[in-house]
Amino acid sequence: MNTLAKILALVLVICVKLATPLYFHIGETERKCFIEEIPDETQVIGNYKVQLYDPRTGGFMPSSPGIGMHVEVKDPEDKTILSRVYSSEGRFTFTSHTPGEHVICLYSNSTKWFSGTQLRVHLDIQVGEHAIDYANIAQKEKLSELQLRVRQLLDQVEQITKEQNYQRYREERFRQTSESTNQRVLWWSLAQTCVLLVMGAWQMKHLKSFFEAKKLV
Amino acid sequence: MRWGARVSGAAFGAALLLGLLAALTEAVELTFELPDNAKECFFQEITKNTTCTLEFQVVTGGHYDVDVILEAPNKEVLYRKVKTQFDSHTFTATMDGVYSACFSNEFSTFSHKLVYMDFSVGDEPALPGIGEHTTVITQMESSAQEIHKSLNSVADYQTHHRLREAQGRKRAEDLNSRVLTWSICETVAVVFCAIGQVLVLRNFFTERRPYTQFN
Repeated sequence: MNTLAKILALVLVICVKLATPLYFHIGETERKCFIEEIPDETQVIGNYKVQLYDPRTGGFMPSSPGIGMHVEVKDPEDKTILSRVYSSEGRFTFTSHTPGEHVICLYSNSTKWFSGTQLRVHLDIQVGEHAIDYANIAQKEKLSELQLRVRQLLDQVEQITKEQNYQRYREERFRQTSESTNQRVLWWSLAQTCVLLVMGAWQMKHLKSFFEAKKLV
Repeated sequence: MRWGARVSGAAFGAALLLGLLAALTEAVELTFELPDNAKECFFQEITKNTTCTLEFQVVTGGHYDVDVILEAPNKEVLYRKVKTQFDSHTFTATMDGVYSACFSNEFSTFSHKLVYMDFSVGDEPALPGIGEHTTVITQMESSAQEIHKSLNSVADYQTHHRLREAQGRKRAEDLNSRVLTWSICETVAVVFCAIGQVLVLRNFFTERRPYTQFN
């Protein structure tokens, strides 16, 4: 009885934890993508839950074990770093190895051709130091409150440093792009002037020889 | 045996309570693409008297504007902005229920937008262990808490900076590729016009051959 109560309580905690995050609706065959711009070596944890629309009640079924969710994560170079089909409820994790925009796409593994029913997707994405579970760390390493707080501060500062480094890399890219635009505009204006002069000269030469052949000049 | 069971039971109860406390506060930030003529809605179940903040910023696309509507469970409009680039709105939930934040790009015909959104409900969950006892916290602990709050705001500023920088960078990249495309098109047009002019002029001065030879 005690074990059963514990199991029920644990299930309740899980349900409450997953019931409160943000949710949105997508069609069964629709694909929804989210972009996370993150520095390298950053952990991202996503919790999700999918519910199928129930036409009988007009609402959404509390749990729909039949549908699976395909999660695809692409790195900034468009390479797929995670592509798995998960069950209707679960979590996915990945760590970035290159800094930049990572695209997380979710779509159901439905085999229909056009849009079927609506799906309600609960989603919660946590990045960097928000993805760390401090309760777990406190328990495993037996840290006091102050030690745990200091650990949290250290993690936060580390994340801020990583973000600053990433900023520097991005600013460099921005600068390179601007300089490239500047160069291109310069070259284009020179080339355009040359092309105009050459075309003008060619026109005059060609017309002169044409009129001379026609004995009009 | 019994004492061990009681301790594990108490520990489980504490963990359960912490789990529930953690579950009652959520902050989700998402960056998503809003296609043209589309409307995306995000729903969140909020309990009464919780302070929530909705923050959004348009990163790329068109004139960098989007329509935002925040609705209470009774369909009352709490916040509405038309063609806004970025804003932050804090409100306190007056009733239990599902609140919805909708972003609309229906006024745009061909520019799809990239929108960043941060919907945070409640305060940040306290670290496990802190806040359980009601004794006065030491100066060290309160300093650590202050540092934590400052670091939170640093991270927040970094996010805003990142979004602004992304906006500028994407515009610069777009400009770069457009300059290349336009200069190539311009060169082709100039060459085409020059050759065309010469051919037309030649045509004016060319005699048409009479077709009488087959009569």
